[in-house]
Amino acid sequence: MTFVYQKLMGGKSGLTGFVILAALILVIFPLFLDSFRLNLVGKYLTYAFAAVSLVLIWGYGGVLSLGQGIFFGLGGYGMAMFLKLEASSVANTAIQSTPGIPDFMDWNQITSLPWFWEPFNSFTFTILAILIIPTVFAYIIGAAMFKRRVGGVYFAIITQVIAVILTILIVGQQGFTGGINGITDLRTLNGWDITSDSAKNLFYFINCALLLTVIIISRFILTSKFGSLLLAIRDKEDRVRFSGYDVSNFKIFVFCFAALISAIGGAMFTLQVGFMSPSFVGIVPSIEMVIFAAVGGRMSLIGAVYGTLLINFGKTGFSESFPELWLFLMGGLFIGVVMFFPNGLAGLWHDYSHHITNKFAFISNLFKRKVSVTSDAPVTQKN
Amino acid sequence: MFFWGIKMGDYTYSELGSIFAMQGFAGISLFSVLLLMALGLAIIFGQMGVINMAHGEFMAVGAYTTYFVAVVTEKYLPGFMPYYFVFAIFLAFIVAGALGYLAEFALIRHLYKRPLDTLLATWGLSLIMQQSFRSLFGAREVSPTLPEWLLGSYQPIESIHIPINGMFVLGLTGFVTLGVFYLLYKSNWGLCVRATTQNRVMSGAVGINTKKIDRYTFALGCGIAGIAGGAFTTIASTGPTTGTLYIVDTFMVVVFGGAASLFGTIISAFSIAQAQSLLEFFISGSMAKVYTLFALVLILMFKPEGLFASKVRR
Repeated sequence: MTFVYQKLMGGKSGLTGFVILAALILVIFPLFLDSFRLNLVGKYLTYAFAAVSLVLIWGYGGVLSLGQGIFFGLGGYGMAMFLKLEASSVANTAIQSTPGIPDFMDWNQITSLPWFWEPFNSFTFTILAILIIPTVFAYIIGAAMFKRRVGGVYFAIITQVIAVILTILIVGQQGFTGGINGITDLRTLNGWDITSDSAKNLFYFINCALLLTVIIISRFILTSKFGSLLLAIRDKEDRVRFSGYDVSNFKIFVFCFAALISAIGGAMFTLQVGFMSPSFVGIVPSIEMVIFAAVGGRMSLIGAVYGTLLINFGKTGFSESFPELWLFLMGGLFIGVVMFFPNGLAGLWHDYSHHITNKFAFISNLFKRKVSVTSDAPVTQKN
Repeated sequence: MFFWGIKMGDYTYSELGSIFAMQGFAGISLFSVLLLMALGLAIIFGQMGVINMAHGEFMAVGAYTTYFVAVVTEKYLPGFMPYYFVFAIFLAFIVAGALGYLAEFALIRHLYKRPLDTLLATWGLSLIMQQSFRSLFGAREVSPTLPEWLLGSYQPIESIHIPINGMFVLGLTGFVTLGVFYLLYKSNWGLCVRATTQNRVMSGAVGINTKKIDRYTFALGCGIAGIAGGAFTTIASTGPTTGTLYIVDTFMVVVFGGAASLFGTIISAFSIAQAQSLLEFFISGSMAKVYTLFALVLILMFKPEGLFASKVRR
């Protein structure tokens, strides 16, 4: 029981935060939002996977990855390829010159299914591919970088370049990937209509459950000895190395785990939104994911979810009514968060709630004064 | 099946020679712009350690300044048209440098101890600048009317055309590169810059005003990006998002060359631009870029410190 309470939930404050978040996304949003808006929130929550992964790798690991879009994209494209193949059955694509292949291939004069599309006919393979390919890819990048002690700025730039390469590749090879429009027109999953409201609602809840699970697992990782070592590596890498730890393996593990989480987010994105395009892979989405984590608080798993929700609500609201103002606001937000609130919303909440608890403690002490005089020690919280 | 081959066998040797020569000269324009951008970034990133994601936007500032001068000259001083370009490039340097000075004062100086955060803050700055370009100059791409002496091409033999604007930009790049070399390695000021970047506290202790040095160094880097923008107008048109197209390439040039080495920056800009330009003739432009960037990432995985690493103990 204490294991569950301390390690998985992170003690009292962690549990409160987790319960409030779960109540918000599992009860309040479904009760008060119509189907369209709920689907929108579901889409935002898929970005939250990437934001949570950045808390792990950037907040705790101290390694800024500007390539979370790569893994989000790999997960999303994996799922999209499966759904697209299902949507392009011979019966559905009878009017094409080559029936049975996805429509964009037909438009690009491709007459047979490329070999790397073939295995995506199988749902089991697709799920495995979504989980394994991004993780292995992250392992290759991570091993190549961290074993050679490339970190910090260089890592950020190289992951960014890989994101650019992947985007150009997807856009350039449109016969194989659907190009700039991405893979669109996805309708069914194993014969089940995913565009209906009931399916969308179900995906929303699956998505929420996955997100909450990911948060619990991440919290377990962070509260374990591994988490303490990760923090130690972030703050004084050389000392940890001199203590006899193989620093690079820790970084590689957390990078792979972060990639896995982002990929799950990507796959859920495709399921809920019904398409996948390169605009969720490149530099801009990758940096936006970083800002979600930064606004929410780079040290807070739950804060990252709120940061994602807040910015995306803001983006949708503002870009509907004042599209010009949005970029100014977004830019200002980047600068403001970095300069004035480096710990984001979670940091603010930490300071502010501390203040409130003190006030409460003070008021209750007024009543208790005659009974005990020593209870006004400052309430300290562990982050 | 999933392979993009380069079909060289279809050309004769003399044709290949001409292709290499022409693509080589086309690559020189790209080389010049990349080098000018990378020189500024090598100063800001290589020397100061600031990740300036808004560097591309400072280039766009230079390009828009050139465009603005061209429009004003065409309207009010048509007689000045043949000469405006030199003045415009000078002005581009001043405007971008002044903006860089402001950005350092308002933003960067608070973040020297957090290099990864400079990346986020300057990305925010780049968003604001992009939207400002859109509001001021419109979303459409613009290009200035170039003076006549910049147009046309020089033809040494029949199958080779060398564009004059490319030669002009190359000359400009050479001039700026020499200037930067002189400033950083021969002048007293350059000594102070290098001392500050190697050991800020100690430099302060021996009486260097490190804050002032930082501010002017950043401004100089941005000013050079402005010149790059001026040069850029001769080879392509400028839009609000022009800067973002070049920022990743520029970072690659600096990282590949070895962050603190100006010589490495030149070599790396040259090889990247030429590789891309030559490949572009045989395969599509996007695949040429993929191959080039991919090769760079591979090389950097085996040689993370870049081609010419500085031998400085950190």
